[in-house]
Amino acid sequence: MPEGIKDKVAIIGMGCTRFGERWDKSGDDLMVDAFKECIEDAGIEKKDIDVAYWGAFYPMQGLSGMPLSTLLHLPFIGVTHVENMCASGTEAIRGATYAVASGASDIALAIGVEKLKDVGYGGLPAFGVSMSGANLTAPGGFAMLATRYFATYNLSPEEGKRMIGRVSVKSHHNGTLNPKAHLRREVTLDDVVKAPIIAWPLGLYDCCGVSDGSAAAIVVRAEEAKKFRSDPVYIKALQIAISSGEEIQYTDFDMAHVESTTHAAARAYKEAGIKNAREEISMAEVHDCFSITETVTMEDLQFSPRGHAREDIESGFFDLDGGLPVQPDGGLKCFGHPIGASGIRMIYEMYKQLQGKADARQIKDPKYGLTHNLGGVPHANVCSIAIVGL
Amino acid sequence: MVGITSYGGYIPWYRINRMTIYGAIGTWLNPASLLPGEKAVSNWDEDSISMSVNAAVDCLTGIEREKVDGLYFATTTSPFTERQAGGIIATALDLRSDIRTADFTGSISGATTALLSACDSVTAGSAKSIMLCSADCRIAKAGGPLEEQYGDGAVALLLGDDGVIASLDGSYSLSYDFMDHYRVTQDKFNRQWEDRWIRDEGYGKFIGEAIAGLMKKYSMSPKDFTKVVYPCLYARAHGAIAKQLGFEAEQVQEHMFTAIGNTGTPYPLMMLVAALEEAKAGDKILVASYGNGSDALIFTVTKEIEKVRDRKGIKKSLEFKHDIGSYERFITCNSVLPIDTAGRGEETSLTSASKLWRERREILGLVGTKCKRCGTPQYPPQRVCVNPACGAIDEMEDYRFSDRKGHIFTYTGDLLAFSPNPPSLYGVINFDGGGRYLMDLTDCEQDKVKVGLPVELSFRRKYIDRVGVSGYFWKARPITE
Repeated sequence: MPEGIKDKVAIIGMGCTRFGERWDKSGDDLMVDAFKECIEDAGIEKKDIDVAYWGAFYPMQGLSGMPLSTLLHLPFIGVTHVENMCASGTEAIRGATYAVASGASDIALAIGVEKLKDVGYGGLPAFGVSMSGANLTAPGGFAMLATRYFATYNLSPEEGKRMIGRVSVKSHHNGTLNPKAHLRREVTLDDVVKAPIIAWPLGLYDCCGVSDGSAAAIVVRAEEAKKFRSDPVYIKALQIAISSGEEIQYTDFDMAHVESTTHAAARAYKEAGIKNAREEISMAEVHDCFSITETVTMEDLQFSPRGHAREDIESGFFDLDGGLPVQPDGGLKCFGHPIGASGIRMIYEMYKQLQGKADARQIKDPKYGLTHNLGGVPHANVCSIAIVGL
Repeated sequence: MVGITSYGGYIPWYRINRMTIYGAIGTWLNPASLLPGEKAVSNWDEDSISMSVNAAVDCLTGIEREKVDGLYFATTTSPFTERQAGGIIATALDLRSDIRTADFTGSISGATTALLSACDSVTAGSAKSIMLCSADCRIAKAGGPLEEQYGDGAVALLLGDDGVIASLDGSYSLSYDFMDHYRVTQDKFNRQWEDRWIRDEGYGKFIGEAIAGLMKKYSMSPKDFTKVVYPCLYARAHGAIAKQLGFEAEQVQEHMFTAIGNTGTPYPLMMLVAALEEAKAGDKILVASYGNGSDALIFTVTKEIEKVRDRKGIKKSLEFKHDIGSYERFITCNSVLPIDTAGRGEETSLTSASKLWRERREILGLVGTKCKRCGTPQYPPQRVCVNPACGAIDEMEDYRFSDRKGHIFTYTGDLLAFSPNPPSLYGVINFDGGGRYLMDLTDCEQDKVKVGLPVELSFRRKYIDRVGVSGYFWKARPITE
């Protein structure tokens, strides 16, 4: 087991735009907004940054390091464009973290962005039609996880839909408390269960929104952190796990869980020195692209035993006032999912919570916050997990 | 002895009742032309090529594909004017490449002509075994009489000299430039001259002339035949042709016009397959086509017929059916009604010819790999074994999935994905014998799909790209028998 990144790097500043259908702002505008809040929060100037990583998934954001560098007019420093699907934001944080931890750089910027609402139709922008296979969409891919989960644990479609529906009700409530969220209204379990189907068995309210947004972070070596602020947030673990292909090609995989999350979580807990995740993790922002994803992730992250997420969901264990609040900021459900930005947006919530600045959503004395991204589909994906703490 | 050594049939799942057409667009139809019964209509993902492949897979049940020396395809509805459809079908069937392939087009009598050509090749010794596929998918203008008449279907016959189930004992052909119906290059739809003239001067005469010519040539009479088989364009005139020639009504093969419609090129041979399904050794069957004249053929059924009884053929294909429900769905599936494909539906790509060529066996033939070290079948083909306990590199052999069955492991009905016939149904299929793949599901309604449902594979048109090229792939279809 390698030594790991625990307590070697600290976040000293963060910024996050309001997410939503930002018809008023370009992707560039959103990045400038996030960046401005971020460096003000860190108390640094642009010239202090000596390396940058920016995450963006769709090619329309531009390719290479240039779109960020020429936007912020960074002074000929190294800027790397990272793309790892929905983990792109966390991947940018990972690049920045490793850059300062190695001593190659001192102050690193990680920024993520996505401008999804410029394509002219709803849902994520499509990728044309492949010559083989099926033309699956994101909701379709995760709907197959729900079908498989329901079949594995003998849940009728009605029982299954009520279980995952409860996840969305909880997140919608949290979203009402967050001025940066896209969707800010309560929904009832009946609203969720009776909503129009998007991809059976997932209905409209089982799906996260589609939004524009950007978020940014500044990281430095841990020992320098207190020079910038009194309440830096430390990186405890950063793990990425990618599908091997066996999930969709080898018949052993049950498709009722996500294998990459299971691996990434086990490694992250080891890296952070966490023995019992359910007891020790104070709060989490997980990749609730769909309500079923969050449900299964509760098991993959060892928050609930396999096949038993339902009890914890229905008992309110993951509610804002529960034993392990999940999606305190409203999650992808209410923020939408501007792909490159989401990972950093999640860490932004953990950062604010750890600093006691989460206002109406404030969780009492959090110690460890976990963030999780899942890009792709349940049977072929990239997973990132970050754990941050004081 | 040269003749038919195996047969297969394919009829699309959907039927439309002609009253549904009349109910939707009756104002434009002349009530005098109203026809009874239903007709077979292709799903949105089907065309002549895809239906032919499925008929041919049925025909090849239990037959070594390596022994097929040629493939002829007869149709008037190839999606390509220049690009041989027979070559696409042969690739999808994973036939050898050192074979002769050809398309017979331009006339709905093309299937019998292709059959004669194939048998000539076998007789001449230039081939031992030739696959004949025929299909048509003719679309007609909304509200016209052709819309009521035309149906879709396919047939496949293997011709050879080994294991003959019905020997070809004679033929007589007629050729006339009779412009009863036609489609010029730029047109999507057929046009035709007045019905009464077609019925009385063409249809009512050429079949009779060919059959009479055939019987005269071989000194035979109607009583020598168990069945007489010829297509139906007009129900009343159909019976009159045989009667005029001296055949009894029970000798006339049921024409299926009120079950599937006039299927064009494959029609007489689909009826022949239906006749063979009921035939016994020693039966003589007379087949005549119609189209720019007629070909008349004599077959004698042998005792080998008992060896091909397990085919789906026509009989089982007739039973596998589902009412399409509405006229609007019918004209959407066949593209007569241009629906709003909106943004997502317009995200089509361009078919890469070089990629298709390189991966032709993978994409069209559904050929994957099987690890020689651990025995794991895998699709798409892998160079590095996907079995986590194996991982062998470059130790693979080819493994064809297209003729394997499987089960639905998980699925969804997706309303976000664009489909001309929503929802877009797809799922993960676990293949019997190993291997797993994500595939579209077809020919089923979402409420009938379940985890664990057995499926077979069906060759389908996957897309039409932005320059009009049809791309094909395999889909999973629930087994209902």
